[in-house]
Amino acid sequence: MDRIILHSDMNSFYASVEQAERPELRGHPVVVAGKEELRHGIVLTKSIEAKKYGIQTAEALWQARKKCPDLIVLPPRYKLYRKYSEMARAIYYQYTDLVEPFGLDECWLDVTGSIDLHGGDAVVVAREISERIKAELGCTVSIGLSWNKIFAKFGSDYKKPDAITHITRENYREIVWSSPARDLLYVGPATERKLHAYGIDTIGQLACASDAFLKRKFGKIGLVLRVFARGEDLTPVKPYDPSARDVQREIKSYGNGLTAPHPITTAKDARALIWILSESVAQRMREDGVQARTVAIGVRNDTDLSGYGCQTKLDKPSAATRIVAQTAWALLACNEPFDEEHPIRALHVRACDLVDATPTNQLSLFDDAQPDWEHLDTCIDELRRRFGNTCIIRGTELLDQALSGLDVKAENTVHPVGFFHR
Amino acid sequence: MVQGIESRRKHYVEVLARTDEDGRVTPVSITWQDGRTFEIDRILDVRRAASLKVGGTGTRYLIRIGQATTYLFHENPRWFVEEKV
Repeated sequence: MDRIILHSDMNSFYASVEQAERPELRGHPVVVAGKEELRHGIVLTKSIEAKKYGIQTAEALWQARKKCPDLIVLPPRYKLYRKYSEMARAIYYQYTDLVEPFGLDECWLDVTGSIDLHGGDAVVVAREISERIKAELGCTVSIGLSWNKIFAKFGSDYKKPDAITHITRENYREIVWSSPARDLLYVGPATERKLHAYGIDTIGQLACASDAFLKRKFGKIGLVLRVFARGEDLTPVKPYDPSARDVQREIKSYGNGLTAPHPITTAKDARALIWILSESVAQRMREDGVQARTVAIGVRNDTDLSGYGCQTKLDKPSAATRIVAQTAWALLACNEPFDEEHPIRALHVRACDLVDATPTNQLSLFDDAQPDWEHLDTCIDELRRRFGNTCIIRGTELLDQALSGLDVKAENTVHPVGFFHR
Repeated sequence: MVQGIESRRKHYVEVLARTDEDGRVTPVSITWQDGRTFEIDRILDVRRAASLKVGGTGTRYLIRIGQATTYLFHENPRWFVEEKV
C-alpha cells in the first residue's frame, strides 16, 4: 500500500507571522530583513504583497526599496517565529506522531497509519490542517499530498499560497513531469544548467534518462535525482526528537560567521572577531563532545565582496577555544595585510574533520608538557552554563567596541536542513 | 462591522483565573483599567484561535458578562481583549 505523506509549508513565514501579530500590516508590502546598521540588511522573507513588486529573498534592502518605495521593513523576531512554528507543529502532532520538520516553516507528515482515525480521506485531513492553521495561527499554509516525500514537497511548492495539491499515481505525469527540472528538490541552478546542456529541461525527461548517462555525467547523485523524479523515493518521515538532535544527525563541521558592523581594517578588530567566532565554534564542539582536526576560515572582502577560504590541520584534535582561535588567526594573519586598501567585510571560522573527544588521542613524544587549555575551557563553560554566555569574556573580544556585547553562540540557530542526513 | 465601532485595539487586562489540578485555566473576572471588575457569568466556548481583529494568538474564551458576549484571549501568560475604540 502507498504511504500518505503531507508536506506543509507556511507561506512567507516570517512576514505572515508579523502580519498575524499586527493586523495593520495586512495587505501591505512587508519584508523581514536583517539590521541595516549592522550591515545585515538583506531581505529574509517577503510578504505576498511585496512579492508582487518583484522583491526577492536575499536581496539587499536598497534594491528592494527601489522596486517598492512604500516597503515596510521589519526586524526579525525569531522567538516569535519559533513560537508559531511550535504551535503549528502541535497541530500536526494531533494527526500523526511522524512529523519531520524541514526548517522552521516546513514539515513532512506521514499519516498512513492514522488516516482512518480521521475519516480515511487524506485530502480532508489536509484541508482540516490548513483551516486550523488559518484559524488558530492566523497564517496560511500550502500543503502537498503524495505517496513520497519528494512529490509531497513538490506539491506544496506547486500552488501558493493557501492551497492543497494532491499528486497521485494518476496525475503525477501531467503535473510533476511537465514541470521544469529546477522544481525538483536538490536541483539547484548549477545542476539545472548542467541538465539543460544535455537537453534535459523537465522532470519527466530526467525520469526517463538512462542509467549509464546519469552515472557518467552526474555520478551517484544523478541516479538519486532520477529516483526523486520517478517518485520512487522511499525515505521515511523521521520524527524529530530535540534531545537526540545531535545523535541522529551526523554533524560534519561546526562553523560560525559574521558580517562585521563596519569594515575591518586593523589586525586588532580582526583578531577580536576571530576570537568571538572561535569561542562559539569551540564551545559548541565541547557541548557535543567532539574535537576537530582541521580549522578553516572564510574571508569576504569589503570592496568587491569576493571571498576565499583556507584551512589547516591541527597537530592533534582539539576543542579548545584557544587552539581554534590561534589557528584561525594564524591562517588569517598570513593572508591579510589589514590595511585601508584591504577591508574585510565578513569572517567565518569552521572546525571540521571531527573525532569523538576521548582521552585515547595520540600524544606527541616531542612536545613539552602543554598547559591543558581545555581544562580552562571546562571551567569557563561551567560558568557560562550557570550565568549566561556573556558573564565571562576574553580581553581580545573587548578591543572592538562595535563587537562587544555580541553573543554569537546564543544567536546561532542550527536549521534542520538537508535531506540526506541519516 | 458593527455600527459605531470604528476599530478594535489589543488591550491587555488584569484577569482573576482559577487553575485546576489538570492545569485547565478558567477566567473568573476581569478588572478594567478604571478599576471596575466584571464577573464572568459563563464561558460559552474555549478554543485556540488567532485574533483576526487585533492580531496575536492564544486560547480564546468566548465569555458572557451580563447580557454581553465577548472574546477573552489568553496569550500565555497575559490576557487581552479586543477593545472597541
